[in-house]
Amino acid sequence: MSGIPHDHYEPKTKGEKWVESRLPIIGLIYDTLMIPTPKNLNWWWIWGIVLAFCLVLQIATGIVLVMHYTPHVDLAFASVEHIMRDVNGGFMLRYLHANGASLFFVAVYIHIFRGLFYGSYKAPREITWIVGMLIYLCMMGTAFMGYVLPWGQMSFWGATVITGLFGAIPFIGEPIQTWLLGGPAVDNATLNRFFSLHYLLPFVIAGLVIVHIWAFHSTGNNNPTGVDVRKGSKAEAEKDTLPFWPYFVIKDLVGLSIVLVIFWAIVGFMPNYLGHPDNYIEANPLATPAHIVPEWYFLPFYAILRAFTADVWVVQIASFVTGGIVDAKFFGVLAMFGAIAVMALVPWLDTSSVRSGRYRPMFKWWFYLLVIDFFVLMWCGAMPAEPPYSGISLLGATYWFAYFLVILPLLGVLEKPDAMPATIEDDFNAHYPKAAGSDGSAAEATPAE
Amino acid sequence: MMFRTLLIGATLALSPLAALAAGGEGGHIHNVRFSFDGPFGTYDQNQLQRGLQIYTEVCAGCHGLKFVPLRTLSDEGGPGIPEDQVRAYASELAVLDEGANMHLYDAAEGELRALTPNDNFPANDSLGAPDLSLMAKARAGFHGPYGLGINQFLKGIGGPEYIVGILTGYTGEEKVEAGVTLYENTAFPGGWIGMAAPLYGEDVEFADGHSNELHHEAEDVAAFLMWAAEPKLAARKQAGLTGVVFLAILSVLLYLTNKRLWAPVKGKEVL
Amino acid sequence: MSHADDHEGSRRDFLYYTTAGAGAVVAGAAVWPLVNQMNPSADVQALSSILVDVSGVEPGTQITVKWLGKPVFIRRRTQEEIDAARDTPLADLPDPDARNANLSTGAEATDINRALPQPGDENAEQWLVMMGVCTHLGCVPLGDGAGDFGGWFCPCHGSHYDTAGRIRKGPAPENLPVPVAAFQDESTIKLG
Repeated sequence: MSGIPHDHYEPKTKGEKWVESRLPIIGLIYDTLMIPTPKNLNWWWIWGIVLAFCLVLQIATGIVLVMHYTPHVDLAFASVEHIMRDVNGGFMLRYLHANGASLFFVAVYIHIFRGLFYGSYKAPREITWIVGMLIYLCMMGTAFMGYVLPWGQMSFWGATVITGLFGAIPFIGEPIQTWLLGGPAVDNATLNRFFSLHYLLPFVIAGLVIVHIWAFHSTGNNNPTGVDVRKGSKAEAEKDTLPFWPYFVIKDLVGLSIVLVIFWAIVGFMPNYLGHPDNYIEANPLATPAHIVPEWYFLPFYAILRAFTADVWVVQIASFVTGGIVDAKFFGVLAMFGAIAVMALVPWLDTSSVRSGRYRPMFKWWFYLLVIDFFVLMWCGAMPAEPPYSGISLLGATYWFAYFLVILPLLGVLEKPDAMPATIEDDFNAHYPKAAGSDGSAAEATPAE
Repeated sequence: MMFRTLLIGATLALSPLAALAAGGEGGHIHNVRFSFDGPFGTYDQNQLQRGLQIYTEVCAGCHGLKFVPLRTLSDEGGPGIPEDQVRAYASELAVLDEGANMHLYDAAEGELRALTPNDNFPANDSLGAPDLSLMAKARAGFHGPYGLGINQFLKGIGGPEYIVGILTGYTGEEKVEAGVTLYENTAFPGGWIGMAAPLYGEDVEFADGHSNELHHEAEDVAAFLMWAAEPKLAARKQAGLTGVVFLAILSVLLYLTNKRLWAPVKGKEVL
Repeated sequence: MSHADDHEGSRRDFLYYTTAGAGAVVAGAAVWPLVNQMNPSADVQALSSILVDVSGVEPGTQITVKWLGKPVFIRRRTQEEIDAARDTPLADLPDPDARNANLSTGAEATDINRALPQPGDENAEQWLVMMGVCTHLGCVPLGDGAGDFGGWFCPCHGSHYDTAGRIRKGPAPENLPVPVAAFQDESTIKLG
């Protein structure tokens, strides 16, 4: 399966051979667990495991919450209160599920930015990247629809506003919106289909995760240097890699466990910190909350959505050129989806021949600015759509697009990369001088770095 | 954590901008030191009982509490009222809004039946006043700095404080707008609230002789409403503490295991 | 292999076993809430004990209340019914066991062992409280003197119960079970 030469599973006993000749599942598990992994992976590489954990956590808590939840506009809010007050441990299950969504997005954003910095999207890992983006889109859909289910004020008005985005599409927008909602407004039909899809999508995500892992197990992991594992022979490859089990499983579990300490403290001591108080008010189609704010993980894109108002010249030009078909509302929607689309297209937008940002002196700073930009947009998204936030949002949105569409293509041409280690082994040994020239036993004493 | 740290970093970088934008968001809410604050805080049983008395004698006239089962008044960690007293309390509880409580309708008798501990507190929509079951979680008193809500780490989200702020925030001014009387309140967003001051001090007499000054009454009823909104607070914090301790131990063990596992690879001394 | 290596090895194993053990404990603790949430919730548990007002039940009448999802017969018997039950020899009973959850198992199916003691007069035997579920296949028997023995009659397969709810004729194997019950005060029976 992997392009990196390594030992494969050999059935030894009669029983193993019997199974393996009928269903090579032990071999599949063995090859997956023992996959050669670059030994210089740093701590930014633990978030994949955290994400896998989140998916399991959300599916497990979600399935048991469904046993007590009622997807009906008259009963949904009360059934959530039933979970919080009467079901054994129900308050913990619900708080875990609600905050689990936040952990999921914290992890996915770190995971995505890690990929952006170390060039994990570059050839030959484009499909891994694209599948990852699909997972991210499914996560957003799942999270959005899940947030509607408690049927609080934010659930209702969030659903109204977000489905309204589709209404902005010229000509076919309104029929699409009506089709999505199952009626002229968010109502029982909407709640029921969102419940159904909220239950379905996690399993779609699980399937995509398998494809995601399959893809990068075929190409091999990227690593902090971006240098490929030597594949000439098994002996050579073993100098650059270690098997996933036990080295990286244990390392990832260390990271996961520490993340969970913080996660558990939030669930136990301040479970409503990341939620919105208005969602503890039952949905009321006749009264809009003063301030509609999406969950924090949507805020950067929400800010981009709101940044492009009718007085922005780009919007005016777009409107003029298309004869008014692309108005400010539709432009905002295009910009929001475009902000995700440019991220998905980054494998073809980045022209540099160097993968890792570590060896790209100019790229680094533009990347750090992108990370800051992300947080600034997040903050603007939580603020009212008025000056100075609208101006800052526009600036932030502009940089977001400029980074992907202008800066990355140009940097590949303009930038002179730093010197890179020839092999992963060299990089590893530079960090751990004592490891050089030894096969595990203590080497000659060399001064520490 | 990392996310929060970065967020704080981003805030500091932007604070001059945000300072420009600050101001104008509702009234000011003072922090109150409740017994249930902090990672180890629990409800004060006597305070919850006083709060229940205030709710029953004053608030219940207009506000319902429809998501709170009466039987939970006996719960440990809550008001802890004995079961027979809860039964008596339930049977005497007046249902003021028949239309909102039709699940109690007894067709044979042609009227609403008496409440039992297995019923919830009655709903009350007669005057359009909001239900108070979740009010303490449905309002955030603290948003700052710069809308990041970081001060909630120290003060909590501020729902009970908001309730105290409203109950003690009346200036005595009133005005009539579109036929509706509005009362000036320093804690209410916008400054004018539709609810007349419900408490003035000495509105109820407590059996235990506790002070019935306005701010005491306000704090007592706010504490009761916090319990009504989050009855499992103590159990949640207990689970939180146990989980954090266990996971911390597991983290240390995994860290040591990892260190030892990698030591030969890194050419380090095995511990 | 030197002594030091040996010591080294056992210490390493100890750490690995401790970590694996702690991991197993945490994983186990995580699974328990997922299992426990399927147990009856607090609102359901609260209904496991109910109070029934019997002040309006006259001698010779009965009420049926729903408890734990099943009917419970509460009958205030007349003196004739009590006498009829008392006079039945135990030898005539297909099921000699009282089937009374308030008594120890194996108590004899005498009338006093079937009746619910009343405050103030422990020997009154006026009140009969029992599950309204036929012990044959779970139908609800007809009451108010139905059947050949003036008690209850199950229309499904023809089981006859007497005035103390004891099986006398038909396919049902056991007497109608008496649930855990007691007078809370003069006019209130607590079930469960």
